[in-house]
Amino acid sequence: MKHLLRSASLAGVAAVALTLSACAGGDDAAEDGAAVAPTDAQAELTYAIWDENQKPAIDQNIKDFNEQYPDIKVTVDLTPYQQYFTKLQTQGESRTLPDVFWMNGPNVQLYAANDLLEPLTGLVEGGDLDPSKYPDALNQLYTYEDAQYGVPKDFDTVALWYNKALFEQAGVDLPTDDWTWDDFNAAAGTISDKLSDQGVYGVVTELNSAGQSSYYDSILQAGGHVISEDGTTSGYDDPASIEGLQLWADLVADGSAPTLEQMSDTKPNVWFNSGKAAMFWSGNWSVAEMKDSPNKDDFGTVRLPEGPEQRATVIHGLANVVAADSENKEAANAFLAYLGSEEAQRTQAEMGVANPAYTGTQQAFVDSVPSFGIDVFLESADEMSFPYPISKNTAAWNALENELLPQAFSGDRPVEEVARELADAMNEELAKE
Amino acid sequence: MTSVDRSPRAGDGLASPARGSTRRAAARTGPPRKAPAGGARRGHDGWWPVLFVLPTMFGVVLFYLWPIVQTGWFSFTEWGAFGGQTWVGTENYVRLASDPDLGTAIVNTLVYTGIVLLGIPIAMVVASLLSRPGMRFTAFYRVLYFMPYVAMPTAVAMVWRLIFNGDFGVLNWALGLVGVDGPAWTSTPGFALVAVSIVGLWTSLGFAIIILSAGLKNIPSELFEAASLDGASPWRQFRSVTVPLLTPSVFFVTVITVINGFQLFDLLYALMGQGNPAIQETQSLVYLFYNEAFLRNDKGFAAAIAMVILLIVGAVTLLQFRMQRRWVTYA
Repeated sequence: MKHLLRSASLAGVAAVALTLSACAGGDDAAEDGAAVAPTDAQAELTYAIWDENQKPAIDQNIKDFNEQYPDIKVTVDLTPYQQYFTKLQTQGESRTLPDVFWMNGPNVQLYAANDLLEPLTGLVEGGDLDPSKYPDALNQLYTYEDAQYGVPKDFDTVALWYNKALFEQAGVDLPTDDWTWDDFNAAAGTISDKLSDQGVYGVVTELNSAGQSSYYDSILQAGGHVISEDGTTSGYDDPASIEGLQLWADLVADGSAPTLEQMSDTKPNVWFNSGKAAMFWSGNWSVAEMKDSPNKDDFGTVRLPEGPEQRATVIHGLANVVAADSENKEAANAFLAYLGSEEAQRTQAEMGVANPAYTGTQQAFVDSVPSFGIDVFLESADEMSFPYPISKNTAAWNALENELLPQAFSGDRPVEEVARELADAMNEELAKE
Repeated sequence: MTSVDRSPRAGDGLASPARGSTRRAAARTGPPRKAPAGGARRGHDGWWPVLFVLPTMFGVVLFYLWPIVQTGWFSFTEWGAFGGQTWVGTENYVRLASDPDLGTAIVNTLVYTGIVLLGIPIAMVVASLLSRPGMRFTAFYRVLYFMPYVAMPTAVAMVWRLIFNGDFGVLNWALGLVGVDGPAWTSTPGFALVAVSIVGLWTSLGFAIIILSAGLKNIPSELFEAASLDGASPWRQFRSVTVPLLTPSVFFVTVITVINGFQLFDLLYALMGQGNPAIQETQSLVYLFYNEAFLRNDKGFAAAIAMVILLIVGAVTLLQFRMQRRWVTYA
């Protein structure tokens, strides 16, 4: 779950609906978004977020916002990710959602389809927001039936983190941007063998509760897919997808990676952070944690290795949204517009908490920890990123993934058998949407 | 932690109904046959007693009975993503009956409750030791034993997670000293349930000790004097005086422990966490409910699970009250 906790975790659907221009004006009542409040407006707003690491930057954002809008008071409501959407769902049910809150890819369609989110139409028409300043993939992710509902806040891709000291100890050449699966597998195996007396493993990643930094990427690298482009059928029974899953089952089976039990007791980020794993598939959300690691001087990042079919990483980003039932919609819109501004996003980048979505502000994030070489996350976004898989009720089949796939990665059942069962169950859920 | 609030009240009534502190407690806990006097007097008092009970009844009806009725209704519906119920008849129950997770959850819950119940004999021994004449620092020991019970389950679980950690935990380190290669306790099916039960036993011990200590204090010392005058050995005194007179307290602790056992959730959740490969084999009834209601957002189905839990706890508690006549001695 650690991944999901971090900034931009889930989803990065992008190309789902390229035909739709993000913010076409409203010919539908639901699309008439509210406008922005004047600077002397008085209001009290609640802003719900889930990442404690980002709180200092958010507090700074609010302070800066209050220089323009001194009488809009914003209270931050911090709920850990594990409870965030449970709480949000209950609030949605009683129509008491926070005025402004974080949204992610897997959930946006559910909230938008139930008319709980305010479209951005008013902001865009009033000239207070320019969607072209954000990556197109993210605008598309937050667009549902012709209307855009979220202002992209940040985005993340996945790369290969490695520990130089452990590579040197094991006498293995450092990873490069040109690595393939074979290079990666060989290095992971050698390091695990040579450093086993120290309890060091070749590679760790999240396999128990999310695929963003592991099998979502390897499935794409093998040429498979998690969900069809129109979001109606599962791709888990595609032989290429199965090959992508097999990568991890093999790494666990030959001891290059710790077992699923070991990665549940001690989370993957902790294995890597404490110098007990030489490689770590993870996103740029790990920067905030790893820059405080005692081993930080040994850490570096390169692109994910090239699979049998291609290079690939999923891309996802968070967005800020305004509740359709907010009583201070115009004040909320003013805050929303500020959070999407270049200034606010640059602040977040400079404080090293998130890789901002606003074009041109990312360099500040890259510079926040120069030794990690984190421009690789931006390059990956430009050159090899694919939309994060979502549908209208993503959570329903995410639960199936988390229930079934660990059985395949742990070696309890053959990968192909589990993948086919998952595809059938997932298709059943998709049919209900 | 609600049980902390309600236990002392209920405890008084159960542990010493002879003192008859309140009629309500006596009526609730005493065997029905013993209450004719109370019943007769109620006729005299007219509506007064009802008036006094009214504030409590208000809370019980509003916060317990009405939600139960609502849950019962919800269990026959399907919930939309953000509310809105559609009547689906008994579909949820039919689905539940064929759900393999239900059987697993019931067995796990029973095993957990069984292991935690083992704490009662342990608590009896400790309470007896604490109430020995001449024992020093008893207050200190009581605090020590009770602390785990009042500590936040999450905080307790955090510490135990570190102890149980498969690679770096102190438990496996200790086992390693004697040449045993311990498992990842909280992430391996089978072991995880044992690990959770051990922590459950440990946290509930303090509560049982306090109640049993209070029960011991209520045994009149003349009985022991008389017994020793008659030449009864300490062991005989324990068996023939202490144990029978302690049975009301034991009964109370058993009822509470079983109910708490069936409500196992927070400890399991905090100890194992989400994304644990062993959770499916280890889940309890309430975890199953949580999973359906809040992770899968299938609240109608979850309501059916809640009704099943209610029925099981109700049936077990009823059975316990029926059985108490056979072994509980009220002085």
